Amino acid sequence: MYQHTRLTNNNFGFFQKFRNFDYILLICILLLGFISLATMYSTDGGKILFHTKSHFIKLMFFTMMMLFISFINIKFWFSIGYLSYIVVVSLLVWTYFFGITSSGSKRWMDLYFINLQPSELMKIFIILCLAKYFHRMKLENVNSVYTILTSLIIILLPMGLVIVQPDLGTSVLIAVSGIAVLWFAGINHKYFIYTMLGFVISLPFVIAFLKPYQKLRVLTFLNPDKDPLGAGYQIIQSKIAVGSGGIFGKGFLKGTQSYLEFLPEKHTDFIFTLFSEEFGFVGSVVLLVIYIIIIYRIIAIGANSRSYFAKLFCYGFGAAIFVFITINMSMVLGLLPIVGSPLPIMSYGGSSMLATMIGFGIVMSARVHSQQLIA
Amino acid sequence: MINSSSDNVKKLNSINRRMFITGSLKFFIMVGIVSRLFFLQVKENKKYLTLSDKNRIREWKLAPVRGEFHDYFGNVIAGNFEAYQLHVIPEQVENFKYVIYRLKDLLELSDSEFKKVLKKKKEIKPWETLIVSNNLSWDKFSKINNHLYDLNGVKPVISISRNYPFDENFTHIIGYVSQANEQDIENTELIKKNFVPGLKVGKIGLEKSFEEKLIGTNDIERYEVNAYGRRISQLEFQKGKKGQTLKLTVDTEIQKLANELLKDKAGSICVMDIFTGEVIAMHSSPSFDPNLFVFGISQDNWQIIRNDPMKPLLNKTLQGRYSPGSTLKPIVALSALENGIINTNFTVRCTGKTELYDQTYHCWKKEGHGYVSLRNAMKMSCDTYFYEIARKLGVDKLSETAKKFGLGKKVFDNLFEIEKDGLIPNTQWKKNALGKGWLLGETIITGIGQGYIQTTPIQLCLMTAQIANGGYKIYPKIVIDDKDKIKPSDYYTPLYKNSRNIKIIQDAMFGSTNEVMGTSYRSRIDDPKYQFAGKTGTAQVKKITERERELDLKTSEIPYEQRDHALYIAYGPYVNPRYALSIVVEHGGNGSTTAAPMAKKLFKLIIDRHEIRQSINEKKYLEI
Repeated sequence: MYQHTRLTNNNFGFFQKFRNFDYILLICILLLGFISLATMYSTDGGKILFHTKSHFIKLMFFTMMMLFISFINIKFWFSIGYLSYIVVVSLLVWTYFFGITSSGSKRWMDLYFINLQPSELMKIFIILCLAKYFHRMKLENVNSVYTILTSLIIILLPMGLVIVQPDLGTSVLIAVSGIAVLWFAGINHKYFIYTMLGFVISLPFVIAFLKPYQKLRVLTFLNPDKDPLGAGYQIIQSKIAVGSGGIFGKGFLKGTQSYLEFLPEKHTDFIFTLFSEEFGFVGSVVLLVIYIIIIYRIIAIGANSRSYFAKLFCYGFGAAIFVFITINMSMVLGLLPIVGSPLPIMSYGGSSMLATMIGFGIVMSARVHSQQLIA
Repeated sequence: MINSSSDNVKKLNSINRRMFITGSLKFFIMVGIVSRLFFLQVKENKKYLTLSDKNRIREWKLAPVRGEFHDYFGNVIAGNFEAYQLHVIPEQVENFKYVIYRLKDLLELSDSEFKKVLKKKKEIKPWETLIVSNNLSWDKFSKINNHLYDLNGVKPVISISRNYPFDENFTHIIGYVSQANEQDIENTELIKKNFVPGLKVGKIGLEKSFEEKLIGTNDIERYEVNAYGRRISQLEFQKGKKGQTLKLTVDTEIQKLANELLKDKAGSICVMDIFTGEVIAMHSSPSFDPNLFVFGISQDNWQIIRNDPMKPLLNKTLQGRYSPGSTLKPIVALSALENGIINTNFTVRCTGKTELYDQTYHCWKKEGHGYVSLRNAMKMSCDTYFYEIARKLGVDKLSETAKKFGLGKKVFDNLFEIEKDGLIPNTQWKKNALGKGWLLGETIITGIGQGYIQTTPIQLCLMTAQIANGGYKIYPKIVIDDKDKIKPSDYYTPLYKNSRNIKIIQDAMFGSTNEVMGTSYRSRIDDPKYQFAGKTGTAQVKKITERERELDLKTSEIPYEQRDHALYIAYGPYVNPRYALSIVVEHGGNGSTTAAPMAKKLFKLIIDRHEIRQSINEKKYLEI
């Protein structure tokens, strides 16, 4: 009876859904959007130019889209779990054959009004797919050989398609997203430990198979001063920018490293560097806190969800976002080799923002429909 | 249902446990990132701030303003002028080709000059300055200014540059400046520090010797630049210091007269204050215009100077090594007196020639002078007399006295790197240098200033000055410097054993100029205010053969390179002397006819200028 009333209560009206919104999460996302806009404005040299305009339009459009997604019942997202995965995989295949080549890799597909990077979408849809896969599975079946093999194939297939683009960074991030779901689904922790050991042991062999430019990145990471004007340039300039920011930063629009064009790729992967130079340690920590609140809210939403699918997706997505952030920051702070990985929402780039906003939308949908059971 | 719900509980337990593990892991990673941020932005902030400034701030040095040279009266003899230049920054020019051809027309550039400009343009970055013209005339400069409306990106610039208002008059004293080359930069630390493209540095003379005082310090412009090195904005302008202005002891009027007297001749004139050692004039002829070198001398002009048979590049006052000829006689006589070889009554009979050690030595006067005493021998410059006393004296004692009076040694130490020592021979020298024993015959000819002996005109001037002042040591100088206040310990110490001997020599020199039969009698001045005493000299360039002696040719009948050098040393006024001079005219023939008349003109001016010079001195003291 009790359940019944709850179920009837869940017969959501439009305003009910609005009331169920996680406003803290929403505010944090909007705040992040605002900060990213301001930073983009700074990369344009304090003028409203192409990047700022484009970023603003994308931000508006994708935020609306996120809100729209959150009104759609979580059941729907459960139901399209496999389908969306298959669609994105076919997009990757299509990209492999007909994609646009830019700076040596074939990552984009031309959709006339926007150049889409399907590999970015895969970061989210692999979570959706695996969450659906493990949703109904009994815990004792999770560690069966069949399950593990199937889930590995689900992960390795898009990874392979992205590696051949070639885009090592994104493929690693796809793998991380997938593995996060496997971890939460309860696959024996021994497997993770073994895999990790295996990876460390095989690392030298992997390096042997890397492309020369990838090898160079690893070597540069180990010793950036070896070639300060060549391969080490990015990381050295990035560290100078961050370090020179100091406690309170050089001030908005006063980041000399960026506006004098010493910073490479300041719109995309190195956007945090610019932010950190202008707003200093305090600003950087504030930005981190916003990210942490977002992740915390995502996990809280997962914890409060009744359905296992929603939990898995939220936890998985939370972990993935966390990894995206830490990898990007570690990279620009010189803790990891340079791999192409954008900072969610902050970095310029439509596909990444689209994927992240879809993720936020599904999480919000899970919140709005938190009492929804999925059979 | 129970099964499935218990399975659900298990699944929930599992996922929550794993979430907790993940959460803890995230916490540690976050701590890691924050501490990395802290390390970079707080702990290492200074280091990265410096690196960031190094990235963005670049200094541009501008050429420093060079110190000037003034003469004793404050006239500028090496100054600075505003050179009109034309600069173009290629990237600011919309249509470079159009502008450069337009400039070619307006400036009337020759094809080779035009090619040079185009070549320079290729060597520089598009935002760097291209100097189209170094030194434009006012006409062309104003013409350009009138056409600026269709010469976008062309900048008329006024730049400070070296200028020598007296053209060739002072070249051998102050030298000249020209573009610094690699050697200059390598050898002088200060040039390296101040170097900017187009910097001009002293190449020779005092311009070179005092480079470090003259050079000054750069103006520095600090600009913010972007990653490609383009200037974004000026941050600072730091005014440099002008180089030190150096005051010389020379008198422009006398220097100009020296130039005039030696016009079209090769030779040297120098004038010195016999008490202070101040050089009043120092000229080597022919000279050349140092202004030609400031913006780089053209090949044609350089060839003209280099190939001139009179050797304008040679500083004859300091570098020219001449046999002193008879101008050495005062020293020979003094040495003989000092060493007690002779006294004033010692007499020799001159028959025109004398046989010594199976050799015949001729006096310049074929008929001979008859019986001559020391005073008459000096007055008439009788060679036979000096053969005899040199023989008695010996070369070692003679060289000792000669050296004491400043011969055979650099007069200015290291002030002029080109200055030569000259040579005062003695027996030891010949053994060391030539590995042969000294011959007595060589002593004989050294007695009349021929043979191995070589002196520079400045040494002769110093020698004369030290005889004139009563035989006291002085240190010649040409730059008035604070260092001068500390006098060397032997400054003005006596060089004689008996001051009477100096008086005897002075008296003999007086006779030589002011008494009938004196060699320079015709150049005398009777007015005691200007009256001077001197000694002529004629230095043989080659040995005179018997045949030539018989022919007894006139100077004009001998080829130029074989004519004798004419020398003259003098000091004046005779009563209360103040100035000494030495004159050398290369291949001038005869000291008494060529060199001595110049001294007459010089002394007139020198003594007229004396009071003006003194008044400047007094004013200086009043100012203090």
